[in-house]
Amino acid sequence: MTIQTLTLTLLFVIIPLALAYGLKLNIEKDILIATIRSIIQLFIVGYVLQYVFNADHLLFTWLMVALIITAATHNARKKGHKIKGMTWKLVLTYITVETLTQGILLGFNITPMTPQYIIPISGMVIGNAMVLSILFLNRFTDEVDNQFSQIELILSLGGTPKQAIHRQLMTSIKASTIPTIENQKTIGLVQLPGMMSGQIIAGADPIQAVQFQLLIVFLLMTTAVLTSVMIGFLVYPTLFNEKMQLITKDL
Amino acid sequence: MTQPIIKLKNISYKLENTLILNNISGAIDTGTMTSFIGPSGSGKSTLFRLLNGLKTANSGHIYIQNKSIDTFDPIELRQLVGIVLQEAIMIKGTVYDNLSIPTQLKDETLSEEKAKELLTLVNLDPSILMQDARTLSGGQKQKVSIARTLVNQPTILLLDEITSSLDPVSQKAIESLVKDLHSRLGLTILWITHSIEQAKEVSESIWIMKDGQVIEKSTSHELEQTTNQDVLSFIKGENQ
Repeated sequence: MTIQTLTLTLLFVIIPLALAYGLKLNIEKDILIATIRSIIQLFIVGYVLQYVFNADHLLFTWLMVALIITAATHNARKKGHKIKGMTWKLVLTYITVETLTQGILLGFNITPMTPQYIIPISGMVIGNAMVLSILFLNRFTDEVDNQFSQIELILSLGGTPKQAIHRQLMTSIKASTIPTIENQKTIGLVQLPGMMSGQIIAGADPIQAVQFQLLIVFLLMTTAVLTSVMIGFLVYPTLFNEKMQLITKDL
Repeated sequence: MTQPIIKLKNISYKLENTLILNNISGAIDTGTMTSFIGPSGSGKSTLFRLLNGLKTANSGHIYIQNKSIDTFDPIELRQLVGIVLQEAIMIKGTVYDNLSIPTQLKDETLSEEKAKELLTLVNLDPSILMQDARTLSGGQKQKVSIARTLVNQPTILLLDEITSSLDPVSQKAIESLVKDLHSRLGLTILWITHSIEQAKEVSESIWIMKDGQVIEKSTSHELEQTTNQDVLSFIKGENQ
């Protein structure tokens, strides 16, 4: 794509800007900020990736992965900042998910050990894990808040913390993974996945693009369920003390 | 002479710098029925949660059957000191599903026969066993709630304002049920009520609480002779 054609794509920014201005939606400033930020951020990432790919050294590759995990943790921890040790719980989850998925991909030679594969796939896996952990924490904090009495009831009848929070924990895990599962049910019917579309546009064979997309789809399924389960089982014990008392409902 | 089953020594409980219970001491005799009354926020429910182990006092000592509450296993304590909470929460499912919670928690099964016995014990028709628990009336839910706590066969039963949201007819029904359970099962019962009349009607002993303190401990008869101004103003306000 030439600079001229890239410049022409700004028409897709002018259309919403014109509509926003005409209808006095008062979102013009946000559209402009989003546009400028995406240009700067993506070009920085592009140049960094170019450097890493050219250097072709695994140290840079894993540093990029570490950077992705740091950014994802920083973003997700805002939701559960009142939960004790939330940061390391997120880091541990993302590292586990990344290790497991890359372990399978690289261990079985499904993908080559090159930055061109490791970095984008890690980005998709950790990005998905971040969204899942936010979805889980959102639902879980609501469940605990709204069903505090039910948790207290089970404790009062002689239940352990795990028994007391079982229903809320399972509901939250299920609710947070549903979007991923539902999305995968309609994949290809409603819209072509972004990565697959990108490969086809770049001239790849559609069947090969489908095969690679399937890999990603299955990978994200593992990521979704593993992230919710891990975060859930790491978070719930912090709500109780050693005397099996619910120490807070204000998450 | 009856032995105290519960002993409280200088109990205080703070929540974020607010003193909820302030230096409470006293004893409850085995097999007695004691009412706790007092305005909202006087610390009655908090005291019950301390006794059931849902909370821990910041200072002071609680003894249950002469054993410090701190030495109990939390689960053992909660089975020994059963509590029926103010809101009769029914989990999704049938009356049987609700009654069997305590046995499920122990990986045991509650027999249908035992469940029906429990319903009869709390004056409910056993035919409601497989009914959706959420369709029950407020009074029925509260009775199921009592039966559910009795599954653990507690020695001490705490009733936390269980009649406050009920109509007068249901209140009377629960009142007579509690008296009946007390005499039939020989339980030590502590119950929180807002009504002096209800307290006099059901209990041998009455504790009046205000601002986290116990301002009066007396029998129904003694209460009528009291000269404590705080107690008199509470009774006066309560009767208006």
